[in-house]
Amino acid sequence: MSAQDRRIATLAGHFRGAPAGEEGLLHAFPTMANSQSVFEHVQQAPEDPILGVTVAFNKDPSPLKVNLGVGAYRTEEGKPLVLDVVRKAEQQLVADRSRNKEYQPITGIAQFNKLSAKLILGANSPAIAENRVATVQVLSGTGALRVGAEFISRHYAKPIVFLPNPTWGNHNKIFPLGGVPQKPYRYYDPNTRGLDYQGMIEDLKAAPDGAVILLHACAHNPTGVDPTEEQWEGIRKVIRSKQQLPFFDCAYQGFASGSLDKDAYAVRTFVADGGECFIAQSYAKNMGLYGERVGALSVVCKSAPVASRVDSQLKMVIRPMYSSPPAHGAAIAATILADGRLFQEWTVELKAMADRIISMRHQLYDALKARGTPGDWTHVLKQIGMFTFTGLNKEQVQFMTREYHIYMTSDGRISMAGLSSRTVPHLADAIHAAVIGAQRKA
Amino acid sequence: MYRIDDLIPFLVNELFDFRCSLCSFLCAFVQGNALKAMSTTTNVSRFEQVTMAPADPILGVSEAFKRDESEKKLNLGVGAYRTEDLQPMVLEVVKKAERKMLESGENKEYLPIEGLAAFNKATAELLLGADNAAIKENRVATIQGLSGTGSLRLGAAFIQRYFPGTTVYISNPTWGNHMNIFNDAGVPWKHYRYFDPKTVGLDFEGMMADIENAPDGSIMLLHGCAHNPTGVDPTPEQWEKIADLIEKKNHMAFFDVAYQGFASGSLDQDASSVRRFVERGMEVLVAQSYSKNLGLYAERIGAINAVVSSADAAARVRSQLKRIARPMYSNPPCHGARIVANVVGDAKMFDEWRAEMQEMAGRIKTVRQRLFDELSSKDKSGKDWSFVLKQIGMFSFTGLNKAQSDNMTNKWHIYMTKDGRISLAGLNLAKCEYLADAIIDSYYNVQ
Repeated sequence: MSAQDRRIATLAGHFRGAPAGEEGLLHAFPTMANSQSVFEHVQQAPEDPILGVTVAFNKDPSPLKVNLGVGAYRTEEGKPLVLDVVRKAEQQLVADRSRNKEYQPITGIAQFNKLSAKLILGANSPAIAENRVATVQVLSGTGALRVGAEFISRHYAKPIVFLPNPTWGNHNKIFPLGGVPQKPYRYYDPNTRGLDYQGMIEDLKAAPDGAVILLHACAHNPTGVDPTEEQWEGIRKVIRSKQQLPFFDCAYQGFASGSLDKDAYAVRTFVADGGECFIAQSYAKNMGLYGERVGALSVVCKSAPVASRVDSQLKMVIRPMYSSPPAHGAAIAATILADGRLFQEWTVELKAMADRIISMRHQLYDALKARGTPGDWTHVLKQIGMFTFTGLNKEQVQFMTREYHIYMTSDGRISMAGLSSRTVPHLADAIHAAVIGAQRKA
Repeated sequence: MYRIDDLIPFLVNELFDFRCSLCSFLCAFVQGNALKAMSTTTNVSRFEQVTMAPADPILGVSEAFKRDESEKKLNLGVGAYRTEDLQPMVLEVVKKAERKMLESGENKEYLPIEGLAAFNKATAELLLGADNAAIKENRVATIQGLSGTGSLRLGAAFIQRYFPGTTVYISNPTWGNHMNIFNDAGVPWKHYRYFDPKTVGLDFEGMMADIENAPDGSIMLLHGCAHNPTGVDPTPEQWEKIADLIEKKNHMAFFDVAYQGFASGSLDQDASSVRRFVERGMEVLVAQSYSKNLGLYAERIGAINAVVSSADAAARVRSQLKRIARPMYSNPPCHGARIVANVVGDAKMFDEWRAEMQEMAGRIKTVRQRLFDELSSKDKSGKDWSFVLKQIGMFSFTGLNKAQSDNMTNKWHIYMTKDGRISLAGLNLAKCEYLADAIIDSYYNVQ
């Protein structure tokens, strides 16, 4: 019987043998090509709001286009950057004939894990000395958050997470899919373009005892607004008084201020009080390892036996997800962290990136002032890290994309890392036009 | 069955949400005490009730092997290829590709959520053939995944969302992690009969009966070639009948292809089961891994493919697979994908790869032969050991039970999984005699 005959026979069989009431109905999996697909009911998903910006940017033929969407560092020439220290480490690894590509342990490279914990907690951290930290290698920040969420949903008594409003868009998907429903707490004050500290404290106090509280360790994404040291202390006190579980998302250590230790301040004060927390670390930005997917999840526990059991259960989350993490990027990171000279060179390159971004902030601020753009633009200077929350609304953003080929997320966030001295004037023109246009409409 | 420490979080959750005014006082009391019990300002962790998870049955074997100090020890646990000197191997063609990548100074930007385009194109063509109609008609949705596990997980999560309540049927036995993957994805599964311990071969009648009895429109998880753990594959005639039945029942096939090229030495031959189904116009899911055939274990490189009857539906499926990947790890790692794309994209390197793959598959066939010879000559009882030759791929299902497998480890320092599976990739000619002695001893002297 030919394939065609077989298909027709199967089709005929449906109609012939169908029980009463089901005549003419095809079953769930018609398997003939040319007939309706079993996937027919699958709808087209929208583009990811952040990564979709780059997709749209790539399609634009205009020579004026600027991509301020995704948070990936660009040089003054507008090019992606691979750190010298990363190249050096990579060359070492590729040339090392004793290396192989055997499966990593489920929790990844042990040395990488130890050094990552040390990086965020400090070399003298008592939590590390007391073996109270369970650290696993994961796929960058996203992977750390997802593994952490899955663990929390299975093993924690109060699996609900409070996210700052606004927050990185992917947080809202990672936690629920990981089994942890989410609620917002007030964070950004559009009037001051700063922290709504009162609102945040009120919402933390109103949140249930024991709830998980997601905190951006530094360089809040998308707003760039971080609590001061005094405010962090107030936040810490409330969280500890309600036995809430802090979950730090640390994607910009060293990138925010230029100093690795300074950017770890908030995390370290929480750990110093002896309490427990989760820490998601990403090396995407600060080591420029974006596509290698390098990250760590640390769980700081009250005791070493608990940390050991937590580690074993983290493995149970990871094994059915991807078995073990990719080795290459973590091996690069571990090489840099372990070598005194490479580490030193890294801090220098890191500071240079942070400094260039700060310089872009100044240039943009000056350009807006020079144009007499209405409004207070000091937030461009005050906000920290890779992003500026401009305060521009969705319509203004659409205008800027349409008329000036500026690509950014619709919440008004721009990636300063995507700016250069050459493109700042064009951006300032675009912002100016958008603000004036809005004023005209008002 | 629930353990009390599983129930405590459940109960505490329920109590938190319970709003009955009569009980609110009680709730607050219990809530306060439960949290106090979990985490006071002193020493009790909020994770105190977390129990120690058991070691992974497969990966745990290597850990135990490392701890063994005996000179005679042999690791036949995990399926990672070893040379004749029992050393891990990085393929020459992989080293070449890595050097080339380093020289070209590529950047480390994020890949798209669906992965490296050059890799996705190469992997679909490797699987289905470069001239495949489904590919030409844009009816194949391919997403780069984290090796076999990650690709299966994407497929499982997709099934959970778009075929809710559908049961996936998995061979008995199968790779242990299959069940974990579907469990964690929230997909119900059942077994279909597969291995016949009496013949040490395929229980074809049992398999067909179970496929027939499954409700129409179920999903059948099939090993494309070199079944893990048994090494027992259907013959081409049996594959044809399996396809007939799956089509008749309107089931969907979900292939796990972890050994393409590694089983027979030929990429095309090892893909023949998948290609047969696709030829017939059947829609299939296929998970691929490059861990074994390119020795890229640690780089986690694979793909999930959906072969769909229309280009429009394929595009939509691709978009939804992306939506599953983004909140899991955002986008996949670039290194392994680039290696594959480089190797497949360069005719000379591709040929070199094929040659190295044939060498690996060849070495395994050679140790199978030697092991068979040793077993046959040492075992005077006339037992038929030919299954060692007939089984395909990296693994052999010895037919040893748990107690016998334990004896292999405890007495002979031979590490294997408790289901009686040995990895021939971890065996060399020099150790075949020792292994034969151990198997015979365990088989006959231990119940």
